[in-house]
Amino acid sequence: MTKSRKATNRVFLVILIVLAIVSLFPVIWVALSSFKPQNELFSSPMTFFPKTWTLGNYISAISQGNFARYFMNTVFVACVSTVLTVLINIMAGYALAKYYFRGRNLIFGLMIATLMVPLQVIMIPIFLQLKNLGMLNSLWGIIIPPAATPTGIFLARQYMVNLSNSMIESARIDGAKELRIFVRIILPLSQPIIATITIFSFMWRWNDYLWPLIVITDNDKMTMQQALANFVGQLQINWSNLLAMTTISIIPVLIVFFAFQKFFMSGITAGSVKG
Amino acid sequence: MKKLKKKDERIHVRTKGNFHQTLAPMLFLAPNILIFLLFIIIPLFQGLRMAFMDWGIFTVPEFVGLKNFANLFKDEVFLITIKNTIVYSFFAVVLLTVVSLCLALMLSRNSMKGERVFRAVFYIPSLLSMIAVGIAWRFILGDEMGIVNYVLRSMGGSGVKWLTDGNLAMMCVILVSVWASSGYYMIMFISGLQAIPNELYEAATIDGSSPWNTFWRITLPLLRSTVLVVLVLATIASFKAYELIVTMTKGGPGYATKFIVQQVYQVAFQEDRMGYASAMSIVLMVIIGIFTLVQFKFAGKDGQYD
Repeated sequence: MTKSRKATNRVFLVILIVLAIVSLFPVIWVALSSFKPQNELFSSPMTFFPKTWTLGNYISAISQGNFARYFMNTVFVACVSTVLTVLINIMAGYALAKYYFRGRNLIFGLMIATLMVPLQVIMIPIFLQLKNLGMLNSLWGIIIPPAATPTGIFLARQYMVNLSNSMIESARIDGAKELRIFVRIILPLSQPIIATITIFSFMWRWNDYLWPLIVITDNDKMTMQQALANFVGQLQINWSNLLAMTTISIIPVLIVFFAFQKFFMSGITAGSVKG
Repeated sequence: MKKLKKKDERIHVRTKGNFHQTLAPMLFLAPNILIFLLFIIIPLFQGLRMAFMDWGIFTVPEFVGLKNFANLFKDEVFLITIKNTIVYSFFAVVLLTVVSLCLALMLSRNSMKGERVFRAVFYIPSLLSMIAVGIAWRFILGDEMGIVNYVLRSMGGSGVKWLTDGNLAMMCVILVSVWASSGYYMIMFISGLQAIPNELYEAATIDGSSPWNTFWRITLPLLRSTVLVVLVLATIASFKAYELIVTMTKGGPGYATKFIVQQVYQVAFQEDRMGYASAMSIVLMVIIGIFTLVQFKFAGKDGQYD
């Protein structure tokens, strides 16, 4: 029994190591290649590690054109959008979990039902709506509309339903105002779910391409994913610069992932929803 | 979806007759409701209306009845994108489910060191934007200067037209999607597997059940709802696919890897035929809507939507 288990483990280990290489190779290859000088990138023989390491691609990617601007735009959008997303979805989740009022199940059901209407199917009327509201070509046009996510509300409500009511009730008997209860009691108790929503929201907004594509046409307002896609759209791709830009664009999500790994896992498990 | 009842243990918070407490939840909900109204509900109805009209930025909208929908079925490019999307979805979903389930089975046995490290490693591709994924694989699979063709050539073979031959390009897009998303679904499978009580496996072992038998008789039946959720989520995601091909193939060669969403975007924003593109969106929405409803049905059984 243990012998066969050991044998299975060994076979699995070999398979897993092969798959792990397949899984990581593209990322590592892009990152390593971004440190190769331009004349080495496609020269034969190719080497895994750069023969001469250089930061030249990064320097030219950052100094050329608007790249620093795109990076800052993306940081701004991802951060502000995440704060807004967490705040309004936690508020909504609280209202749906801890208050009893007529129509609350209906409201919750309708909000979850909007999962059926992803941006991909309403991008044309969304574009017109943002145009009417004067939000085209504004970073707020990619911050506000996606902030109310059904996934966020769902995660927040499911978490808060299980919070104890006694603290809320005793605070109410002591005469605390509703907002005060929310800020002083609910927010501190909801830290794990706040962390989960924060991480996912940051990642969604950082990696977002379709929203900026619809909302932003002004070069100064573009985000990094848009810039990367435009860079690929050119007739002659400057691969050295592109790889440096791609590597820079990947680093923030990797940092967030390694810092908050356990919240990633619990978020996927609890939600089973992608937004 | 289980409804919360007034008598539910969890809801002691009474709000009756207290103005402040009835108003408070509405205020907490207000920002969300406002955003949903402005950016989902109103556009949704607007989109439905536009599908029955000739609509462009520079033309006066005109009601045309079902003309847009009738034209859809004569539109060769649209029919090709529908076919491509279905082919892509079918293979991507089947492969994704099988691969992520296999990964989960290997990594949830608690009998090997490093299971957690492997989980993290397989999850990493899911962190990347599809734009970056497309760039990375285009760099790897490039005809002349990609590493794969370089290795093939240096071993005496000839280069393969990974992204410039229609069928091969579609295959690459499918495989890259599997590469990019299987870690995400793997995590869902792992949590599903961990919910299966250990006693069942112990009993099966005592009864002399082979691992193969145990998988088909115990694991898979108990994992049924997770399998369905993964199938449906992956199907919805693949019908929405767009970003990957923007950087990986640009929809080409020709129309070989062009999907519905790319066609909608092009017809609406580059050809300015927004009414016609809205009709395409409606078709897409109906497809996605059906799969989402299926998801609710099965996920609801599993209690995941409570």
